[in-house]
Amino acid sequence: MAARKTRSATKKSDATFTPEQDLQAYRDMLLIRRFEEKAGQMYGMGLIGGFCHLYIGQEAVVVGMQMALGDGDQMITSYRDHGHMLACGMDSKGVMAELTGRQGGYSKGKGGSMHMFSREKNFYGGHGIVAAQVPLGTGLAFSNKYKGNDRVSVTYFGEGAANQGQVYESFNMASIWKLPVIFVIENNGYAMGTAVRRSAAKSEEMYARGAAFGIPGEQVDGMDVRAVKAAGDKAVAHCRSGNGPYILEMRTYRYRGHSMSDPAKYRTKEEVQKMRQEHDAIEQVKHRMIENGAASEADLKEIDKEVRAIVTEAAEFAQSDREPDPAELWTDILVEA
Amino acid sequence: MAVEILMPALSPTMEEGTLAKWLVKEGDQITSGDIIAEIETDKATMEVETVDEGTVGKILVAEGAEGVLVNTPIAIVLAEGEDASAMDASKAAAPEPAAAPAEATSAPAAAAAAPAPVEVSVPADPDIPSGTELVSMTVREALRDAMAEEMRTDDAVFVMGEEVAEYQGAYKVTQGLLDEFGDRRVIDTPITEHGFTGIAVGAGFGGLKPVLEFMTFNFAMQAIDHIINSAAKTLYMSGGQMGCPIVFRGPNGAAARVGAQHSQDYSAWYSSVPGLKVVAPYTAADAKGLLKAAIRDPNPVIFLENEILYGRSFDVPKLDDWVVPIGKARIAQEGSDVTIVSFSIGMTYALSAAEKLAEEGISAEVIDLRTLRPMDMPTVVESVKKTNRLVTVEEGWPTSGIGAEIAAQVSAQAFDWLDAPVTRVSGKDVPMPYAANLEKLALPTVDDVVSAAKQVLYI
Repeated sequence: MAARKTRSATKKSDATFTPEQDLQAYRDMLLIRRFEEKAGQMYGMGLIGGFCHLYIGQEAVVVGMQMALGDGDQMITSYRDHGHMLACGMDSKGVMAELTGRQGGYSKGKGGSMHMFSREKNFYGGHGIVAAQVPLGTGLAFSNKYKGNDRVSVTYFGEGAANQGQVYESFNMASIWKLPVIFVIENNGYAMGTAVRRSAAKSEEMYARGAAFGIPGEQVDGMDVRAVKAAGDKAVAHCRSGNGPYILEMRTYRYRGHSMSDPAKYRTKEEVQKMRQEHDAIEQVKHRMIENGAASEADLKEIDKEVRAIVTEAAEFAQSDREPDPAELWTDILVEA
Repeated sequence: MAVEILMPALSPTMEEGTLAKWLVKEGDQITSGDIIAEIETDKATMEVETVDEGTVGKILVAEGAEGVLVNTPIAIVLAEGEDASAMDASKAAAPEPAAAPAEATSAPAAAAAAPAPVEVSVPADPDIPSGTELVSMTVREALRDAMAEEMRTDDAVFVMGEEVAEYQGAYKVTQGLLDEFGDRRVIDTPITEHGFTGIAVGAGFGGLKPVLEFMTFNFAMQAIDHIINSAAKTLYMSGGQMGCPIVFRGPNGAAARVGAQHSQDYSAWYSSVPGLKVVAPYTAADAKGLLKAAIRDPNPVIFLENEILYGRSFDVPKLDDWVVPIGKARIAQEGSDVTIVSFSIGMTYALSAAEKLAEEGISAEVIDLRTLRPMDMPTVVESVKKTNRLVTVEEGWPTSGIGAEIAAQVSAQAFDWLDAPVTRVSGKDVPMPYAANLEKLALPTVDDVVSAAKQVLYI
């Protein structure tokens, strides 16, 4: 099957949302935005260590996809993972406390920003090695097929990771074994500081990277949450009905640097400003809701207040919670049989 | 001139085989490319093509003959115009098959007073109930049976790897599994170690219990990121939420004449990684019992096999559920003068050396580690406290090797009991050479072990 191109990046999506869906998307995206802003601030205060990769700008991708998933579907991603965790319902206190390395963090403080998991929410990490999550997510799909359930594994990776060999090894096996995996390429334009046009052959068509393996692919406006959900619905239906893998290239943008120590010299401030002003995912929903009367400025302010309260509570917990007990150094190395 | 057809070697490690079937008879005309016979090794049945042309003059080895050594003449081909009389001439003229280079044997100097040989004592295995029937089987069969038994009792167990299904295993370890369990549970992968290892680890996260075969551990180096970063570390990084019950298995270390890239011993590499268990059995009984334990273990287990050992036979207890616990060494032979510690194929050197030492009146205790991580140091230390001398044996490299680790542990835990420095016998610190003589020099020998034992005994 040839890769199909839906150039929704260059035209308005015709997908529509109900007022309830718009409100949900708005709230979920805003939570990620505010959470990440707070995380950035706490990093600056020295409360978060190591690497910290913020998701600001890309919120529509994970929120739209989550709206397309059902119970038991799995998610796995790279180290830019805070947004994914919040989107799948993980508690913001547990995520923030992991960032500060506290015992109440999802990994008891032993994983950090890049390594968090939740069995309960079917979130399989949080992986620090670029593209390692791609065969792992394909393996989750393998387990679904082996068990004979109709669950789908959503495997996120950046356009930078899309140059790793193991991605194509995964495409090959996902295709020959017809595994229910959606490969979501989050194309934010920059692999660290290397623009996609400098690092990827046929960089305008990342969605077509599965064509040689017979995997259909689509390019999606990843700044429009409705377009993301519509594409997600289609991909999920494809996988659930036993047709094998599907690729979604989400054209998105990261406003912040690759990690906290990135001065972003590789792009202009104007480029970032233009994306923020003209394509911001949250602003789009906000304007739409106000325009069509789904919500008033006051309603949205109220949501903003709620979200800020959640983030403040998370930040406070993450600072007041205890560091892990020194004995934790020696636990969780092996499962005791 | 009449030409002898010799028993061919069909794999790098084949030394003998069964001449299963002749497809030609005396008097038949044959031409280059004709299939003339079928030969069975312990791994496979192979067809033999002739490169000679002429008439089959005489069949020298009858159909069904077992244990035919490589390079034994099996038939004589007469060239055009020759008759049977040429066969005698051929025999006279035929060069002797190249003899294996003579072992550098140092004739034991006749000591003035030859010491009395000591009795070799093999302790009964405490894990085997007395009276248990023992059956002889190869390591290869034992491994296969272990997988089959675990697959029968647990549907989450599946086998994946290159050529494990339709080809029946590159080394025939998975022979018959496809027939019994079908292609849902015995899965041929493309040649794509990095990818299929990640998929298997992901399947482990997803609740399955993969048994992943590497055609050899040399190829697993392409996949080592998933073995270590994904499989070994995730339990810790997830605060105990997400373990990976998986077995990575396959032949490890040197086979024979396959050169540097196909001969590496990874024992020390994997043994240094927290989050992994590492098993390296020697006998078929241990191979079976430990593989069953590894499959049941909720952690990632590296299961290091050895190609040379696949075809060796050992007694295996005939029990419904023979499981050997991971992490326990076995005293293969009791002794009092010196402790020799080894594992996997290193045990062949250790045991032969112990025999030689016994002839000279030296009583060696031989310990088979069986598991390298967690290593059963109490058993080693107990032995050292008795013998006060320790030699380690491995085929791997010496630097930062298993022997180095044991030496460090013993010097920390039993320094006051040592009467001599711990001495390591290992492969040489070089990439494995191809040339037969150099390869031999690169590997440890029985004499190296004997010398090391004498060295620590100051003899």
